[in-house]
Amino acid sequence: MDLTYTKDEEAFRAEVRAFLESELPPELRGHAQLEARAPQEALRRWQRILHRRGWGAGMWPQRFGGAGWSVVQQYIFEEECALAGAPPQLPFSIRMVAPVLMTFGSPAQQEYFLPKILSGEHWWCQGYSEPGAGSDLASLRTSAQRQGDHYRVNGQKTWNTLGQYADWIFCLVRTDSTARAQQGISFLLIDMKSPGIEVRPIVTLDGGHEINDIFFADVEVPLGNLVGEENRGWTYAKFLLGHERTNNAAIGQCKRQLAALKRLAASYPPGGTPLLGDRRFRDELTAVELEVQALEITNLRVLSALAREGRSPGPEASLLKIKGSEILQQLAELKMHLLGHDALPYLREAPEADWSIAPLMESHYPPSAAALSGQYFNQRKTTIYAGSNEIQRNIIAKAILGL
Amino acid sequence: MDFRYSDEQLALQDTLQRFSARSYTFEQRRAISRTPQGHSAAAWRELADLGVLALPLTEEHGGLGGNGVDVMLVMEQFGRALLLEPYLSTVVFGASLLQAGGAPALRQELLPRIAAGEVKLAVAAYEAAGRYRLQHIECRAQRHGSRWRLEGRKAVVLDAPAADYLIVAARVSGASASPRGISLFLVARDRTGVTVVPYATQSGGRAADVELKGVELEPAALIGAEGQGLPLLERALQPTLAALCAEALGVIGALNEATLEHLKSRRQFGVPIGTFQALQHRMADMYIAAEQARSMTILAAVHAQDVDLARQRRIMSAAKAYVGRAARFVGQQAVQLHGGMGLVDDVPVSHYFKRLTMIDLTYGDAAYHFGCCSDSLAASGGAPGISAAADGGVRSDHHRSPAA
Repeated sequence: MDLTYTKDEEAFRAEVRAFLESELPPELRGHAQLEARAPQEALRRWQRILHRRGWGAGMWPQRFGGAGWSVVQQYIFEEECALAGAPPQLPFSIRMVAPVLMTFGSPAQQEYFLPKILSGEHWWCQGYSEPGAGSDLASLRTSAQRQGDHYRVNGQKTWNTLGQYADWIFCLVRTDSTARAQQGISFLLIDMKSPGIEVRPIVTLDGGHEINDIFFADVEVPLGNLVGEENRGWTYAKFLLGHERTNNAAIGQCKRQLAALKRLAASYPPGGTPLLGDRRFRDELTAVELEVQALEITNLRVLSALAREGRSPGPEASLLKIKGSEILQQLAELKMHLLGHDALPYLREAPEADWSIAPLMESHYPPSAAALSGQYFNQRKTTIYAGSNEIQRNIIAKAILGL
Repeated sequence: MDFRYSDEQLALQDTLQRFSARSYTFEQRRAISRTPQGHSAAAWRELADLGVLALPLTEEHGGLGGNGVDVMLVMEQFGRALLLEPYLSTVVFGASLLQAGGAPALRQELLPRIAAGEVKLAVAAYEAAGRYRLQHIECRAQRHGSRWRLEGRKAVVLDAPAADYLIVAARVSGASASPRGISLFLVARDRTGVTVVPYATQSGGRAADVELKGVELEPAALIGAEGQGLPLLERALQPTLAALCAEALGVIGALNEATLEHLKSRRQFGVPIGTFQALQHRMADMYIAAEQARSMTILAAVHAQDVDLARQRRIMSAAKAYVGRAARFVGQQAVQLHGGMGLVDDVPVSHYFKRLTMIDLTYGDAAYHFGCCSDSLAASGGAPGISAAADGGVRSDHHRSPAA
């Protein structure tokens, strides 16, 4: 039993820290400090900076241009990035479509797409959910019919994240409507500039535009954009979900937000009695802190098992998803309650200004409060996305408990 | 980073599982619980022969120099077996006090005998009015010539009926809640003036209220420096809290296994009740609670010998609070999912539930330790807390284990 990092891992952490100190520009840190979503240009720029260092995709094998990191190195990297307030890397590109291409894609697909993901030139989004296919994803109906040298795609995808900036979308489509639900599905790569694609924003309860409906009307997709075999897409989709889950606990994010909340609680409201002195508030904060502490160890236990056994996360990732998502919600809720009635103001222009509105209401808000109550509303998504927490409990019941 | 037990530790685990299957089955335990003394001399001898009593004691006193992770492993197995023996009182809390504060001659006299199973201890610290606050000591110790005289009462002294010696916290100076002026004394249980009023506990063990009336002690009975008893108690309490977490973890594991088995075998409406989603999700939450409790217990075990007392106390309180809440949740839900069977004395579930409940109430319940964490957050002024691994990590060193 040993809870320490090895000397090599400590050296790696120091290397990451030094890199962040010198290469992460202050203007890219600002959004995380304001608890705001980073704009797309910040994400692309950060990806370019990482790529220059050879860290465009830490976990990818080196033969695909990755850094070939272990899961522990990747964890250290993500934790340091989160603590430094770096923009996130786009998960749809790096952690979702890329592993599918590396495992099931053709050499031509690998050669064309992977370098452009690394460099940040291509922004990918996900076409999974549909109006009639949410938790029951296999009931999806978007169709792709073979016509000569292409597929003709018709249908609607929804809850698409950040597709308004995307160059490409990976889609689950139905290529055989006569087969059993899971067996007639294929995995297609679609250029977002294709004629017949329409992206319609879905404005969420915080007033933000993070998600979209995407409509496909007779969109032509070259046959060469099929990944793997026709009608085997469900297998690839499940493989992808396994990789999506590798950062399920979001420990770095939880720790940074917890630290920020504690700092704020020690000083808010300005000129008044800090909330940290309020026993009822502090007890709630303590409860979240203990959850973060327990989850950090649980996450390390899972990671060290993965590293030893050289495998992708299995159903234990569901535990990390449930706890991590609940913690993010609790933190957002506590931040809002910390503000009290200062959480009431809402500025319509905030989302369009990427939440950087502190100067507009400096007299009213503390510097980091601009997006706080909006964040509470926004974070209700965490227990719904990437497999709702109820689906995660189904997975635990079935795959771990054998019920 | 490695969360596995060593091969030696796995061999010890196997030894303990065979001990439980041989000498501490549910029926055997029940019989032991119903004897007047409520523990088993034969089982204690077996544990001595297996080296388990010597495990955490220092090597210079006939011990094996085991660490917090070794104790975690042992206590988890004892939790699974619902062991009634005075292991925690004697080998963990009591021996820790002797090792931390006992004079060399006293350690040399008692520790080898503890390892051999010849001496049992009980810690008589807490008092009725103090609740979980160790510094609340009204019991007085006064000098009479070269001797000490003790007067006072101790509440719910765990394992006192079995103990050969009590380690008594008494006040030599100061007001009743002052952290200064507390001393520790080694008192033979059959000493003149000591009255032990024994009773069974809710979870089948034994405890006693203790009255000390004109108890005369020689100077050598003092453990540690005069007036320095509280730091010793707090130091020794920390590995004890870690051990209690580990015991709870064992009970939680056994309870989850029993509940899962029930969900798979009990049929209603023509199907196993485990096919119902309401019950599946509850069981999933019980599984999550167990895994998170294990993480906190590991953290506590690795810090059981931490030299940074402030950090250690914060971690132990966090673990005891977290595990206490998990224990309450799992215990209550296990009874609920068992339906009527959860209420029956003949079925182990009710005994696991009662033991979990009593562990929570012992040496600070979840609310108390949660409050300690909350107070330390206030004292920190919002500074970042303890990182579990990155900076605060402690390696649990290699050591000898008993022969398997």
